[in-house]
Amino acid sequence: MNRRNFIKNSMLFAGSLVAVPSLIVSRKAYAAWPKKSFDIKDLTESVSSVYGHSNLEESSKVKLKAPEIAENGAIVPINVSTTLDNVESIMIFVENNPQPLSSGYELTSLSEPSIGTRLKMGKTSNVMAAVKSGDKVYTSTQEVKVTIGGCGG
Amino acid sequence: MSTIKMRSKESNGVVTVKALIKHPMETGQRKDKKTGDFIPAHYIQEVHSKANGKDVITIYWGPAVSKNPYLTFKYKGNKGDNLEISWVDNQGNRDSKTGTVK
Repeated sequence: MNRRNFIKNSMLFAGSLVAVPSLIVSRKAYAAWPKKSFDIKDLTESVSSVYGHSNLEESSKVKLKAPEIAENGAIVPINVSTTLDNVESIMIFVENNPQPLSSGYELTSLSEPSIGTRLKMGKTSNVMAAVKSGDKVYTSTQEVKVTIGGCGG
Repeated sequence: MSTIKMRSKESNGVVTVKALIKHPMETGQRKDKKTGDFIPAHYIQEVHSKANGKDVITIYWGPAVSKNPYLTFKYKGNKGDNLEISWVDNQGNRDSKTGTVK
């Protein structure tokens, strides 16, 4: 480990000590890339590390657009939009990926709650879109069947 | 040449932004077939967009986002807005691009 890495790591460690109890509950804590949440390997833990709890509510107001069958797991198009008001953030979780949290979108008062991206999926999995509106988290889940995984070599 | 290609179009007060970023998005879990070593992780962690200097969206990406990532989002805006997209990856590389909303 060289000096630069050492300093970086020790700073990360110090930072995580401060942030552990309520990891990303407050808006301010979002200010940096949430390494810890991205490293977690279990869906429920991942959800609670992002929101501070795991009380999710399935809602038809969250629209998740994903293919039923993805031939190529390296490029799975995902679109999430919602008719909910006051949306703070949109997160996309892929249950069976090595790390379920794939990406997070923090919105502002200017943005419309509609985002799209392309994800890698190792194998067939449920994809869950989570929308934070006010204090609640609303979700929509869909299974995407993957014929060729996108994470292998 | 910029790594970012972007398009933005206004319709009824909502601007739709589409962007493609050229980036390997290595997960760090793939092995080099010849040497058997892991290819180091190299992926974009944050993407940020501003319209006329105001924050529109902050995006956090993990390694699960596809190679040469595609991104679309919408915001309340107008024709002629000065739109900026910037990214930074886990190795500290960064790039940004500004454009005008059509």
